[in-house]
Amino acid sequence: MLRNLFGRNKSKDQLKERLKLVLSYDRAKLSPGSMEELKGELLTVIKKYFPSDDGDYDVKVEQQGDRMVLVANLPVNAS
Amino acid sequence: MNAKAIVVTSGKGGVGKTTTTANVGAALARLGEKVCVIDTDVGLRNLDVVMGLEGRVVYDLIDVFEGRCKLRQAIIRDKRVDTLHLLATSQTRDKSALSEERMRETVRALLEDEGFDRVLIDSPAGIESGFQTAASAASGALVVVNPEVSSVRDADRIIGLLEAREIPEVRLIINRLRPEMVKRGDMLEVDDVLEILGVKLIGIVPEDERILISTNIGSPASLEEGGPKVAAGAAFRDIARRIRGEDVAYPSFEQPKGIFAGLRRVFGAG
Ligand SMILES: Nc1ncnc2c1ncn2[C@@H]1O[C@H](COP(=O)(O)OP(=O)(O)OP(=O)(O)O)[C@@H](O)[C@H]1O
Ligand SMILES: [Mg+2]
Repeated sequence: MLRNLFGRNKSKDQLKERLKLVLSYDRAKLSPGSMEELKGELLTVIKKYFPSDDGDYDVKVEQQGDRMVLVANLPVNAS
Repeated sequence: MNAKAIVVTSGKGGVGKTTTTANVGAALARLGEKVCVIDTDVGLRNLDVVMGLEGRVVYDLIDVFEGRCKLRQAIIRDKRVDTLHLLATSQTRDKSALSEERMRETVRALLEDEGFDRVLIDSPAGIESGFQTAASAASGALVVVNPEVSSVRDADRIIGLLEAREIPEVRLIINRLRPEMVKRGDMLEVDDVLEILGVKLIGIVPEDERILISTNIGSPASLEEGGPKVAAGAAFRDIARRIRGEDVAYPSFEQPKGIFAGLRRVFGAG
């Protein structure tokens, strides 16, 4: 019953997450591979201006309302 | 829907386009509209057998396109519902016989010269010329999707292409829903599909073996009235009424919804 309540382990929830991700790439006409490249290049540029340790960085394509947006979360260490 | 010419499409094959075209077409005709259903799946003619009209095809859409007969000669009138008509496709030709311009002209002639109220265009699978030709004459679209991964992905692609064509009314039909699997959490729910695809819903059709039986005998399930309420035939009739602008409530597919259903699940014996 608890499992039911929290909706864990449902195969459809996994499917939903996978679909959202693959469609975000489909819609942006990007392959997951080129996204990795984009991430690498972005990071190189950022590092040039904000020399710092590699933080946790995150770049993804996301649906916001009816638009697709590129969301980059790049921690910078102001020294 | 305001659209008089509606394409039925899906991207992925085998999800129920032809079944939907036959059943919604028959139901609209039963409601009094003068309807023509057009098969555009050149080389893979099917709509005629699903509707049980295969014995009466003499001329087809490609004959019309290539001037071998008059449009009127190729239109087959159904004997069960006399406002229902079929324009079959060619079984022998290939897709190169299709032309967007001729498609548009044929649909225009059906609506303006032959007095049809509604034209339903059964599209072939895929996103190539066959689909493009089928969509070219339409101002509305019924996108058929099954609640599974590749069908939803392909539907998203098709919706993008329909938007690129600036087709104003795009509506979604979720076909082959299996309530018991949804309940177990092993099939996407209606709301999941709508959230992912972001288009308006116009129908939910359950998995129903009567679809196969009615196809065997060549008589659309939507014409059998008085059957169970939660059945594919009834769902297709509801879609026809929604197309005509009626506000038809969705029956519950035994998947309880809303707060009370949720409470029942928490406190119930299950
Ligand atoms: N709601 C349903 N319940 C049970 N069976 C169904 C349902 N809808 C469709 N089917 C079955 O699925 C099969 C494929 O349906 P159909 O031919 O309508 O698909 P299609 O999208 O037109 O295929 P294609 O892409 O090859 O043209 C058929 O055997 C049909 O009877
Ligand atoms: Mg078909």
